[in-house]
Amino acid sequence: MGEASPSHPLLELTRARVLEFVREREAVFWVFVFPVLLALALGVAFRVRPVEKLRVGVVGDEGGQVTAALRAAADLEVVLLPDGEAEQQRRAGKLDLTVLCQRGEGGEGGVRLRLDPTRPESRTARLAVREALGGSTPTLVPILAEERVTAPGSRYIDFLVPGLVGLNLMGSGMWGIGFSVVVARTRKLLKRLAATPMRRSHYLLSFALSRLAFLVLEVAAVVGFGWVVFGVGVEGPLAVLALVCLVGALCFAGLGLLVAARPRSIEAVSGWMNLVMLPMWLLSGTFFSYERFPAVTHGAIRALPLTALNDALRAVMNRGVGLTATLPQLAVLGLWGIASFVVAVRIFRWQ
Amino acid sequence: MKRFGEVTAVAHLDLEVQRGECFALLGPNGAGKTTTVEILEGLQRQDAGSAELLGHRWGEGHDLELRQRIGVQLQDTQLGERLTVFETVRLFRSFYARGREVNETIALVGLTEKRHARVGKLSGGQKQRLALACALVAQPEILFLDEPTTGLDPQARLQIWGLVERFRSEGGTVLLTTHYMEEAARLADRVAIMDHGRIIALDTPAHLVASLGAEQIVEFEAAGPLPLERLAALPGVRAATRRNGTSTLEVAAIGEALPALLAELQRFGVGIQSLRTHQPTLEDVFIRLTGRALRDG
Repeated sequence: MGEASPSHPLLELTRARVLEFVREREAVFWVFVFPVLLALALGVAFRVRPVEKLRVGVVGDEGGQVTAALRAAADLEVVLLPDGEAEQQRRAGKLDLTVLCQRGEGGEGGVRLRLDPTRPESRTARLAVREALGGSTPTLVPILAEERVTAPGSRYIDFLVPGLVGLNLMGSGMWGIGFSVVVARTRKLLKRLAATPMRRSHYLLSFALSRLAFLVLEVAAVVGFGWVVFGVGVEGPLAVLALVCLVGALCFAGLGLLVAARPRSIEAVSGWMNLVMLPMWLLSGTFFSYERFPAVTHGAIRALPLTALNDALRAVMNRGVGLTATLPQLAVLGLWGIASFVVAVRIFRWQ
Repeated sequence: MKRFGEVTAVAHLDLEVQRGECFALLGPNGAGKTTTVEILEGLQRQDAGSAELLGHRWGEGHDLELRQRIGVQLQDTQLGERLTVFETVRLFRSFYARGREVNETIALVGLTEKRHARVGKLSGGQKQRLALACALVAQPEILFLDEPTTGLDPQARLQIWGLVERFRSEGGTVLLTTHYMEEAARLADRVAIMDHGRIIALDTPAHLVASLGAEQIVEFEAAGPLPLERLAALPGVRAATRRNGTSTLEVAAIGEALPALLAELQRFGVGIQSLRTHQPTLEDVFIRLTGRALRDG
C-alpha cells in the first residue's frame, strides 16, 4: 500500500476531488439521477399523442377511396388537409406521415408517401399505411413513390434531451465546484493548503480535471436514457458530441471557479450561482426555443455559454452536423471558459 | 505591526527564535498570538516592521522554498471529511519535493489503525494528530503549532506533547501558541507572554516563575473582607491581590506567612472558607502582570 515516491500534486488533488464527490451521495443524485427523472417527467408530459394512434394526413383524395382504406385500419388517425397545412403539421411533428394522392396519366391513380424515416412513429405509420393500401389483394391503391424527408428533432423530447445535457453540464460544473471551493474556504482548508508549497493553479485545475472524470457518465446517463426510452438518437458523429461536451464542461468549470473565487459563505455563493444560472435557465433554450424571444435579443442570448452549448448539442444530436458547423459555439464556450479561469486565478481568496 | 481596520492586533513585537528551540507564545484569546504566527508563516502580511524566517523574508522570491521547509498546523482547520487518513496525508505529501513516507508519518502520529478511516469519523484528538501528520510529512525544519491542544482531553493532549517532544529531539524548531500554561511550561525552552498584541514578559519558564520571588502561592476565601494593604504587610508576604472574592498572596516564606495570616483572620473575627497553597506557575506570572487569569480571556 505504501508509496515510496510521491505522485504529482495535480494528480493527487484531482483524485481527492473525485473521491470526495463520489462519497457525497446527494451530489451523485443531483448530477446523475435528477436530470434523468426530469427528462422522464417532461418527455411523458409533452407527448403530443398516444403511442397507439398514428396520425396520417391525406392530401387531394378526391374520390375518397384512399381515406376510406386508411380509416379501415384501426391504429391510424386520418385527417384530410390541404398540401401546405399538411406539410406544416408534419414538420411540427403533429403528423407522422403524409399521403399525397395523384391522379394517374392513364386513369389509374396512385399515392406518394412523405415521411421522416428517422422518426420511429413515422416508420410505424409507413408500415400501417402500406398494409392498409396494398396489404390485401388485389392492391387497392398503388404506391408510386416514397419521399423521405429527414427533419429530426421534430418531437419535443428530441429538442429537450440535448437541452438537458447542456443544463446538467452547467449545473454540475457550477454547483459541484462552487460548493466544494466555498466549503473548503469556510473550513479554513484553503488557508491550510496555501501554507504548503502546492501551486495554486494546480488546485484550481484539479477541479476542471475532476469534472472530466464525471463527464462521460453524466452525458451518457441523459443521452442513453433519451435513446432507450424515447428513441432520441445522436445523428452526428459521437466524437463531435464528446468534444462539445468536453468544451462545455470546462467552460462551466471555469465559471464555477469564478463565482466561487470570493464568497466566504455557502449562502453567498448560492446567491451568486443563482444569479448567474437563472437567466440561462430561462433564456438559453433548454425547455423552449429562444426563438420565441424578440429577434433583437437573439444575438445576446447566443453569446451566453449555455445557449452556445445547447445549440451545439442540438446541431450534433438532432441535425447531425459535423465539427465545422459547431465551431462558432465552441469558440463562445472556449472564450467564456478561459476568461473566467484566468480571472478566477487572479481574484481567488485563499483565506 | 498588524492592523485589522481600527484594531491593532499586534504591535511592537520584537522576538527571535533560535534553531532547535521550542518557543511558546502564551496568552489569552485575542492576544495576537495567531496573527503573529501567521505573519511568520507567510499567510498574513504585516503592516509595518519585518519578519525573517530561515534567512529569508516572505514575498522576496523565496516563498516556495520557505514553504518546503516549514510545517504548519493552523487553529481549527477542518480537513476534508470524506477522505481517509491515508488519502489526506498522501495528498499533503504530494506538495513537497522532499519529505517523509506516508505510512511512516501515519505511524509516527499513531494513526496506523485508523489509516483507512474517513477523517469525519475521527475523534478530536485523532483529527489533531492527523493535522500534525500533514505538517510532519514535509519533514520540516520549523514546525508552527497554533493552539495544538485546545479542546482536547488530557490524554489526547499528552499524545500531542509527546509528538512535539519527539520532533524537537530530532533537532526541529517549534513555534507554538497556547493559552495553557502547563503546555508552555512543559514544551517550551522560552515563553513570551502576550496580552493585547504586546509581549509583556519573555524568558524561560523557570525564570519567569522565579521573577515572582515567591516560594508559594496562598489562595483563600474568607467570610468577610480584609484590607489588602494589611495582607501585603504580613511577614513573609510579597504581594496580595483579590479577584472574584478569592485573595491571593505571593509568599516568600510560607513558614512565617501562614501563621501570621491565620492570626490576622482571627483578630478580625473573619471565618475562613477555603485555603490552598501551590508552587507558583506561569498562570501566577500572568495574573501578576495583567491582573487577570489566562482562562478569563
